[in-house]
Amino acid sequence: MQHKVIDVSDVVIRFAGDSGDGMQLTGSLFADMSAIYGNGLSTFPDYPAEIRAPHGTISGVSGFQVHIGSEKVNTPGDYCDMLVAMNPAALKANAKWCKREAMILVDADAFDDKSMERAGFKTGNPFEELGVEDRVIIAAPITTLTQESLKDSGMDQKAILKCKNMFTLGMACYIYSRPLDYVHTYLEKRFAKKHPEVILPNMKVLQDGFNYAAAIQAVPNTYKVESADLEPGLYRNITGNQATAWGLLAASEKSGLPLFCGSYPITPATAILEELALHKSLGCKTLQAEDEIAGICTAIGASFAGNLAVTTTSGPGLSLKSEALGLAVMTELPLVIVDVQRGGPSTGLPTKTEQTDLDQALFGRNGECPMPVIAAHSPAHCFDAAFTAAKLALEHMTPVMLLSEGFIGNGSEPWKIPAMADYPEIKPPFFHGALHDGERFRPYERDPETLVRRWAIPGQKGLEHRIGGLEKNHDGVLSTDPQNHETMVRERAEKVERIANCIPELQVEGPESGKLLVVSWGGTYGHVLSAFRQCGEPEVAFAHFDFIKPLPRNTREVFARYGKILVCELNSGQFAGYLRAELPEFRYEKYNKVQGQPFLVSELVEAIKNNL
Amino acid sequence: MAVLTAKDFKSDQLARWCPGCGDHAVLAALTRALPKVSQTLGYEKERYVVVSGIGCSSRLPYYMDTYGFHSIHGRATAISTGIKVANPTLTVWQACGDGDALAIGGNHFIHAIRRNIDINVILFNNQIYGLTKGQYSPTSKFGAITKTSPYGTVEHPFNPGSLVLGAKGTFFARSLDVELALNEEIMTAAALHDGCSVMEMLTNCVIFNDGAHKSLSDPALRADATIVLRQGEKMLFGKNKEKGLIFDGHKLRVVHVGEGGFTLDDILVHDAHADNIGLQMALVDMKGPDFPVALGVIRDVKDITYDDGVRDQLKDVMSKSKIHCVDDLLRSGSTWEVK
Repeated sequence: MQHKVIDVSDVVIRFAGDSGDGMQLTGSLFADMSAIYGNGLSTFPDYPAEIRAPHGTISGVSGFQVHIGSEKVNTPGDYCDMLVAMNPAALKANAKWCKREAMILVDADAFDDKSMERAGFKTGNPFEELGVEDRVIIAAPITTLTQESLKDSGMDQKAILKCKNMFTLGMACYIYSRPLDYVHTYLEKRFAKKHPEVILPNMKVLQDGFNYAAAIQAVPNTYKVESADLEPGLYRNITGNQATAWGLLAASEKSGLPLFCGSYPITPATAILEELALHKSLGCKTLQAEDEIAGICTAIGASFAGNLAVTTTSGPGLSLKSEALGLAVMTELPLVIVDVQRGGPSTGLPTKTEQTDLDQALFGRNGECPMPVIAAHSPAHCFDAAFTAAKLALEHMTPVMLLSEGFIGNGSEPWKIPAMADYPEIKPPFFHGALHDGERFRPYERDPETLVRRWAIPGQKGLEHRIGGLEKNHDGVLSTDPQNHETMVRERAEKVERIANCIPELQVEGPESGKLLVVSWGGTYGHVLSAFRQCGEPEVAFAHFDFIKPLPRNTREVFARYGKILVCELNSGQFAGYLRAELPEFRYEKYNKVQGQPFLVSELVEAIKNNL
Repeated sequence: MAVLTAKDFKSDQLARWCPGCGDHAVLAALTRALPKVSQTLGYEKERYVVVSGIGCSSRLPYYMDTYGFHSIHGRATAISTGIKVANPTLTVWQACGDGDALAIGGNHFIHAIRRNIDINVILFNNQIYGLTKGQYSPTSKFGAITKTSPYGTVEHPFNPGSLVLGAKGTFFARSLDVELALNEEIMTAAALHDGCSVMEMLTNCVIFNDGAHKSLSDPALRADATIVLRQGEKMLFGKNKEKGLIFDGHKLRVVHVGEGGFTLDDILVHDAHADNIGLQMALVDMKGPDFPVALGVIRDVKDITYDDGVRDQLKDVMSKSKIHCVDDLLRSGSTWEVK
């Protein structure tokens, strides 16, 4: 067979193995080296909730999908061009994601009878059983070859077997024409201090994997994805959770207020707390609280004391924080609540993605308790979204809910590094006025235009005042006066509504008017945008909401230009329901999926076409 | 610096506790103690923040002319923690009840103690839920008949002192609402203590649990039913200080000085600064009728505080890190140039 190097515009690779097989690392290394090569990139880690589920079982399969392209890519891809399956269970769990012409690379050594039985195969031919026998199957004895490669390394069996993933990565690098330098640099950096002895063996295995793929006949062709035509500048790869943490640090710098994060570990939000804990050099204080409630309450205390306060969590944690959210609304203190959504209800699907907390974010509190809600739409966008959430919170004296999702929180993409000089200053409404003799600071006196109250931070002479969860009048004195309560309820709501004057208007891609407006919010942006572009229908436009409460002020005017609105979201229709309540005069259609998985572009294309 | 008086700490709001409620006396002691604390430590009034949860005693911040935060049920300790960590120059006082701190807020309470965050917690213990009108609390005596235990409770109460000591607390004091002078003394000691200071105030709820502490507070009984412990002083009590505490084997024992061969030399000397909690735990656990209930500062030891730890670590990392601003951070680690 004649070996060819084929240029392709994009490629999707799915690495899958046991949760201890190092597939997340293999996938992210492949992604990082592609990013540095200059490819468009999007990743999707899909891992189980268990740290080490029973070996060789379907429930223990951990996957990492990488989509690289010669242009900017907006999603991690629906189906893969290559599946790497380190054992029968990984094959079984992922075969359905293979394209018709996909390549399947398996560790032949892992396909013994016992493992096949464990994965639930009934015959000796797993490929036939799964109906993928016509794909390009590369059955390489990866375990044996890794052992062979390292037999003189002096490492024990266990340590040698841990290097299997590097052999696989080496093979993938050959098949997709990736130079190995990046992995070398990574291994040197990562292990130089603690385990310098593993650097050379890993490099050897990597190179042996690369050479093996080059030598065998089973690899028919290799592929090349040219670098993307990206805007010039300095780039880095960033995950959503990291970008969220950094966006908050940026807001801290721009406001001049120290960042305080009170949080409790919870999947998939924990990485934000971990990231912030790393950056004490920027004056950030992190407090790992005794529970979710203490997380938000320490943050509220820190806010009262004059810090930029944040609490990070996921769905169940948000439920626990509900009462304290009400306190933050009532005391009108700035606070950012980050909810990295996962599958629910209850513990649900902790490591899987969903958009099912929208109703909770909007309404999950007692009393009339309005709170701005904004949503990040991609890993890198988490930076701007977190910055904006903090800016709105500080300038409007309100808690702000930032919705992220497991998909974008864990996913990554290349990001053109911005300059902080290009970001606006954040100016909290500190009380600067003078008080006359005998005059008291009035904590709930409002700016007539924005209805925002003034902020007096403890430690300032003469501004002593009390706030709390009980209803008060503008002077800050307890009041059960019926009229006062209604006034305060209305003012708190109106204050949030007026934030619409400070946020960007809704942007539309596609025709100014037409039959259908496709609408999305949050982390489904990339998929819905891709589907919309793929459809190329002249009567269809697309609009994505980063701001959910309040809605952009031109929303009604935009909606009025289309025959109907198709709301696509990863829940049973929460945003559609909200839009219906806010703007009841329009015709809404829904496209929903609640499987703990992102949309497929293909299913969205079909949904759009079905609505024409 | 102007000399502050009790009046400076009183707000213009009338305290809306029931006439005869023990909380009035605790508030009075606090407004008297804070000017002294301010004098000693050079604190301005704006430095004080008074935090509370929910319950009768948690209304206290409204009656103080300081910065105040009346929060939600059980969470005062977490709010106080956030305030102190965010701004360690503030002096945080917290008012909370037995239900607030030990039932719904029990988790935050023990963790604040474990972390040794520098806050001053006044635990108003009236052994009842007052604001919800008379249900039993985690400190109600076994068998207490209340609205939710009409046939008596079948659960043991917490002893807040042993809870604090068990969590390796660095400061614990106990007193009665009526002991105004002692309370001022305790509050001053708490303010001077760096770390989490817990002051249990046995307060009387005149409406729902009247006389809960009568066996201690009754002037006729108090001298025999309580013992006031002071650093470096003999553990003596009784109307004429004729009784004292000794160690007999591994147990405390009440003896009469000059009787049974016991002299003043045999009587234990109180050491609140002893790191070992053994004797302090025994003192905290004492109860009638065999023993007097211990009042005063029972434990007061030095240890690193959480807020100091946070501050020192921050300084240390800042001095070593190469990342000094967000632009540095964004450019740190692995990046690449697109031309």
